[in-house]
Amino acid sequence: MPDKLRLTREQIAQRAAQELPDGAYVNLGWGIPNLIADYLPKDITVYFHSENGILGMGRRAKPGEEDFDQVDAMKVPVTLISGASFFHQADAHLMTRGGHLDVAVLGGFQVSEKGDLANWKIPGAKGSGGIGGAMDIAAGAKTLIVCMEHTTKEGAPKIVKQCTYPLTGLNCVDTIVTDLAVIDVKPEGLLLREVAPGWTAVEVQKLTGAELIAKGQIPEMHLV
Amino acid sequence: MKQKICATLDEAVADIPDGVRIMFGGFGGAGFPNNLIQALARKGTKNITAISNNCGTREGELGLMFKNNQIKHVIASFPGPHSNHFQELFAAKKVTLELVPQGILCERMRAAAAGLQGFYTTVGVGTEVADGKEERVMDGKRCILEKPIHADYAFIKAQKADELGNLTYRLAARNFNPIMAMAAKMTIVEAEEIVSVGAIDPENVITPAIFVHRIIQAKGLRYAG
Repeated sequence: MPDKLRLTREQIAQRAAQELPDGAYVNLGWGIPNLIADYLPKDITVYFHSENGILGMGRRAKPGEEDFDQVDAMKVPVTLISGASFFHQADAHLMTRGGHLDVAVLGGFQVSEKGDLANWKIPGAKGSGGIGGAMDIAAGAKTLIVCMEHTTKEGAPKIVKQCTYPLTGLNCVDTIVTDLAVIDVKPEGLLLREVAPGWTAVEVQKLTGAELIAKGQIPEMHLV
Repeated sequence: MKQKICATLDEAVADIPDGVRIMFGGFGGAGFPNNLIQALARKGTKNITAISNNCGTREGELGLMFKNNQIKHVIASFPGPHSNHFQELFAAKKVTLELVPQGILCERMRAAAAGLQGFYTTVGVGTEVADGKEERVMDGKRCILEKPIHADYAFIKAQKADELGNLTYRLAARNFNPIMAMAAKMTIVEAEEIVSVGAIDPENVITPAIFVHRIIQAKGLRYAG
């Protein structure tokens, strides 16, 4: 089983992009979520939000067109799409916390079976750690998607009964997209919606630290 | 009309004593009052409590003041892995840190500006941010009490200031600046350009002059990395 092919980070982003509805206001976190903008379906428009006060971010600026007063949350110069706006940081987080964003996508270290998220600090890691906007986003997005690898580099499950890493938010995750599966967090538990091509529900369960509810034949993810 | 325009950067920070609390605008390399930070580094004010989203680049932004050992405590949301001078001092326990979720950092400053004594929020419940804070259930949701963050000074980077202190900002360099400008007892602004009163259309003023106490014209400085 270890030799079976898993999704790449880009493919996780590609699958997560299919979750975004046309016209949605969306915040993308660091890591895999940041790749999602490159895989949007051609026929939809999504308004990307940046926590430093931009709604309607476009692609990254090309060499020569950078304006360093117009950067995303990762300090990268970006372009704007038609209809964009600027505002201050309090309003930017009023949007995240106040339930105004349709979808937020964050990276994750662990997600619990109740939808608790740990994504800002690895226990024992050097340095101060940093929260940034993650806790505001986790608390307030209408739909929170977490994109991450299904297991750690050492093979330990990242979907667990209870998070052991420092928490970002309680009961906040709606959907988990990993390199092995798409899982919805429901009141009754973790519902396995799709598996990666070539994988079975039983195989995915073996690499998951909490019980998955698998109803009938679980379809494979569709990747272009 | 009150005279708010300073002749030099050094004059703008000349009377800032040791031990004060200072807010510093800026995010992602944009909107940092780097000329004022350099002036305060020259002056050498010590034992500062710094309130800012992060802790600087290697040598730039707040990094300069950590390098000079001017800061003893930081309130920030994301100090940053590249803020090496801060990280070294933090590891050596020479600087203390209060980590605050970014939006809550904004709202705590806004509470100070608005004369509010605090607010309840679901953000941070069950995390280490909630340690030591009052918790209660409101509308069926667990909430924690967050208190205002006050400051003696705010250092602000604006695009344009009129002589009265009305401000505009450029693109996403706005970020924390308008919030901090309202929250501190004394707000000191470096502006790319100072224009006469009335030259900014009242509809385009982002920070009204009532919040601004000192203005200095300075060409913006930006640090890479």
